[in-house]
Amino acid sequence: MKRAWIIGGAAVIVAVFAWLLFGGLQKNVVFFLTPKELLAKGNEGVGVPVRLGGQVKPGSVKWNAQTLDLRFTVTDGAREMQVHSTGAPPQMFRDGMGVVVEGRVGTAGVFEATGLMVKHSNEYRPPKPGESAHEKYKTLLEQSTQ
Amino acid sequence: MISSSDQSRDILTARPPRTGVWPAFVSFGAVIAAQAYAILTSPAEGDMGHLQKIMYVHVPAAWMTFLSFFVVLVFSVRYLWRRRENDDLIAASAAEVGATFNGLTLMLGMIWGRPAWGVWWVWDARLTSTLVLFLIFVGYLALRAFTDDAQQKARWSAAVGAIGALNVPIVYMSVKWWRTLHQPPSSPATLDPRYTMGLRLNAIALLLVMIYFIRRRYEIARLERAVEHMAEAAAMGGQ
Repeated sequence: MKRAWIIGGAAVIVAVFAWLLFGGLQKNVVFFLTPKELLAKGNEGVGVPVRLGGQVKPGSVKWNAQTLDLRFTVTDGAREMQVHSTGAPPQMFRDGMGVVVEGRVGTAGVFEATGLMVKHSNEYRPPKPGESAHEKYKTLLEQSTQ
Repeated sequence: MISSSDQSRDILTARPPRTGVWPAFVSFGAVIAAQAYAILTSPAEGDMGHLQKIMYVHVPAAWMTFLSFFVVLVFSVRYLWRRRENDDLIAASAAEVGATFNGLTLMLGMIWGRPAWGVWWVWDARLTSTLVLFLIFVGYLALRAFTDDAQQKARWSAAVGAIGALNVPIVYMSVKWWRTLHQPPSSPATLDPRYTMGLRLNAIALLLVMIYFIRRRYEIARLERAVEHMAEAAAMGGQ
């Protein structure tokens, strides 16, 4: 009886582990969708709460310091999506940075963000010669406090 | 299996704690030295400036969490196999130290996340699994605190400790298996050489602290157990 319990328990643990490894959660536990995945949902992806992640397309950031209105494009290399957000972004937000936005796709196809998170890569390097580390977000901060 | 009278004799002959004061000075001195080295030598990071320096505690603390729970796994399994009281006490000591490092990792991660990501917490796979790991071992310690019978305590906590430690590879792999906000682990290839040395030194320093804590906690646990056995023996009218 006791042995049966132990074997049964061990079998359950192995099964859960195998499920974690080889399937099940792989598809379900995604913290965000890429623009390609969100656009592939078509109308099903419109109006429902969702997280969108990708890279801030270089040169796409439009920041209005007076109205705290922020517009930029998120890209995954394949597809891209316009994002509209209000309020000052995190200090590390900038062109080319990884980003995850919470919100929903509006009827015009623009992602209306209620939350904005910066996603950092696993790379840590000091700035290249001639470039200052703080400049990147200092300029952004100055703009937002003007 | 060893009879309980053999076990208590083994415990009663336990020597008083041998770990003196100097290992504490050495391990905490190493932390201060490694921190000073890392903070003084590493340049500001390109994206996050001096925020990067949280790495020198957050990352080694996470490694020590994994290592402590690995010790729990090894000694829990060894207890289930040999039924020796000492193995149970080592596992329990490592669980306590591991839970402490686990809490430290979570706290520092949140403090880092707020300025770097813009949020204190998100329910992504890495953060959630790390919290689950913490809760499992808080539960492990609660289980020990609420169980009076020493053998029952040892058997139950060995089972919880061994199964709980299986969560460690899940936490480690979570950033590779699933899409998370937390970035995958850095390697010397993604880390500037000026950061690598500071990280390694701090890992060694925290390893010394971890060993010191587990050892010291184990010695105290043995003394506590010896007192319990003596009280039991006195109550039985023996010796």
